[in-house]
Amino acid sequence: MEHPHATVVHGAEIEHEAPHEELGFWRRYVFSTDHKVIGIWYAITGLLFLLFGFGLVSLMRWQLAYPGRALPFLAFLGEARMPGGIMLPEFYNELGAMHGTIMVFLGVVPLAVGGFGNFVLPLQIGAPDMSFPRINMASYWFYFLGGVTMLASFFVPGGAAQSGWTSYSPLANIAGSGQTVWLLGMVLLITSSLLGAVNFITTTIQLRAPGLSFFRLPFFCWAQLVTAFLLLLAFPPLEAAGVLQLMDRLAGTSFFLPSGLVVSGQILEATGGGNPLLWQHLFWFLAHPEVYVLILPAMGIVAEVIANNTRKPLWGYRSMVYSLIFLGFLSFIVWAHHMFMTGMGTAMSAFFQTTTMIISIPSVVILTALILSLWGGSIRFTTPMLFALAFLPMFGIGGLTGLPLGLSVTDIPLHDTYYVIGHFHYVVAPGTLFALFAGIYYWFPKATGRRMNETLGRIHFWGSLVFMNLIFMPMMVQGLQGVSRRLFDGGVTYEFAQPVLHWNKVMTHSAWGLALFQIPFIVNFFWSIRNGKKVGDNPWEATTLEWAAPSPPPHGNFTTPPVVYRGPYEYSIPGRPRDFLPQCERAEA
Amino acid sequence: MEIPYTVSTRQDTGLTNGKIGIWLFLASEVMLFGALFASYILLRTGAPEWPRGASILNVPLATFNTVVLISSSVTMVMAWASLMRNRFGAFRGYMGATVLLGGVFLVVKYFEYSAKFHHELYPRTNTFLAIYFTLTGLHMLHVMGGMAVNAWFWGPGAKLWKTNPQWFTNRVENSGLFWHFVDLVWIFLFPVLYLL
Repeated sequence: MEHPHATVVHGAEIEHEAPHEELGFWRRYVFSTDHKVIGIWYAITGLLFLLFGFGLVSLMRWQLAYPGRALPFLAFLGEARMPGGIMLPEFYNELGAMHGTIMVFLGVVPLAVGGFGNFVLPLQIGAPDMSFPRINMASYWFYFLGGVTMLASFFVPGGAAQSGWTSYSPLANIAGSGQTVWLLGMVLLITSSLLGAVNFITTTIQLRAPGLSFFRLPFFCWAQLVTAFLLLLAFPPLEAAGVLQLMDRLAGTSFFLPSGLVVSGQILEATGGGNPLLWQHLFWFLAHPEVYVLILPAMGIVAEVIANNTRKPLWGYRSMVYSLIFLGFLSFIVWAHHMFMTGMGTAMSAFFQTTTMIISIPSVVILTALILSLWGGSIRFTTPMLFALAFLPMFGIGGLTGLPLGLSVTDIPLHDTYYVIGHFHYVVAPGTLFALFAGIYYWFPKATGRRMNETLGRIHFWGSLVFMNLIFMPMMVQGLQGVSRRLFDGGVTYEFAQPVLHWNKVMTHSAWGLALFQIPFIVNFFWSIRNGKKVGDNPWEATTLEWAAPSPPPHGNFTTPPVVYRGPYEYSIPGRPRDFLPQCERAEA
Repeated sequence: MEIPYTVSTRQDTGLTNGKIGIWLFLASEVMLFGALFASYILLRTGAPEWPRGASILNVPLATFNTVVLISSSVTMVMAWASLMRNRFGAFRGYMGATVLLGGVFLVVKYFEYSAKFHHELYPRTNTFLAIYFTLTGLHMLHVMGGMAVNAWFWGPGAKLWKTNPQWFTNRVENSGLFWHFVDLVWIFLFPVLYLL
């Protein structure tokens, strides 16, 4: 097929070989099979969902800081949600469940995997596209449909899902019809991520450029590969759980309903015999690997940005890759550390706290290698580098505060408090999100041919850094005081919570501050598409293959198929005229 | 623009894209059914009493269905082998038989289901029937999916044979892998639900 003259010529194949087939508007931009267009769609949709999810939580934060105080301009949300602008507990629950769902499944993962993975991975391995371009497009549209389904669930009678992003049974079994829509939305999202994962793995295995062996892959590609395996193997059990919960809700089965369950003082009419813990096991079998789905692409982005901006090779690239693979395997056997409170037994707890302690080792190896990579580098403090540098301590705090939660003895007093919220938000918000911002600033010139404004980028960075910490650090303080994370008034009715209640206002005001400092980013993003400083193909003087393609790369990516001669991070080699040596450049120069 | 290795294999991996793709998909399917089988074990071990499958379900019908599905796996292999030997006519016959056998399986399943409903045995009746209907229902969806793909290759999809026989053969092989997987799930379902 690659040599049309050598093959027997059939009519159909000649058409296929025609160069520069012009696609119409719909095929080029909407139903595109180009991985870059799909990646950008994923990224923009993901960013919009992040903004929406932030909007949901800012309503919650208002209620936490000023419980029961009316927001008259929101009275239009109706008597069932905010009568006279005063939030009802049911609406608070709805916001909480949907904030979590949207941020994780519709915001961060689509941006990190669907956005960056789709856009960068084929470029970094020197491929013309994904191995299954049409499946790739289907993956985006399943995601889009899943998102629309989730949004539509706000309008069904009784509102959207209210049982937390974890949808614990039996609470979710007896919840309103929004929960059914939530399950259907999840099935669509799982389908989307399945199609994406198959595509990512096949592409990485099959479409690497000549000379690009696995240990010459940039760390970002490794991170996406391991992430894709997690998505491929961890999501199906949640799909199974979703099917079982749907059966419970629609066909009247009792997979998750125990016998003799009492709801509102009455014994629930159901056959019983089910097991609520089964849901938790199936859910966390997905949701713990999901944590690594959130963090691994972020580590990949940070590794790329750090190698490029320190102008030296990553320290311990191989040990980082091995750690990554080990981490991927281990992430499948730590799930029940989310369940120490359920009384599943001390033997189970002992096993899962052991595996949890072990999994912290590869995470620390990667983080340490990234920090050591800074040593002796001539660091360029660009905006992506600032975000990448901030990722290190922020993720560090997130990870270290997780240790007490991984041990059952210390987890039990902390588990239902704000400490947990603070812990995982440190991992995902100033952790993963900062890495994603770094990625946006870093690859923006590749996608558009223009650079984002540095000054606005710095304002965005410093403001976000300060306010992120002001939001999430007080949660730890409140959590150590014992304030429950499930109260819709922030704890005003509890005597012991009084000394730390003033933090609620600090956190809420900081959330407004954080929103304010996203404005420079939004302005910068749209302004730079047309007016940013024009740059060449390789503005960061980077070594990996994506910078050998034109900016923006055309359909099919490379003007000449690249050949790889060396590893991904050949910076500052002594005796060379330039301080970087691209992967696809012959050494004699 | 052409995606490499859709038809020919990559030298160092020895595989086409489609072959890797279908195996990855099957790996995820194993996790899906694996989770459901694990749920079955947990529910059964936690139940104070559990009916023997044979006392509720129709074992002879299920045995017949097992034979039907295994035969369909054989005809599936023969369909692919016929393409490898360049015998398109034989392929049509075997592929048609595969789809028809899938249809026979569904018809038998329909009679089984309606007999259950006739005796007022529903998913909500007890946990055993709940997991029975869930597992076999999901498996039936997979049978229908496999039949749809196979019917496509038997009918309009077979046009590819004229322009690119190698590609068409690869596709039939991959859909065959899926079909065998669907059979394999039934081979597990049959003893677990009907005999144990």
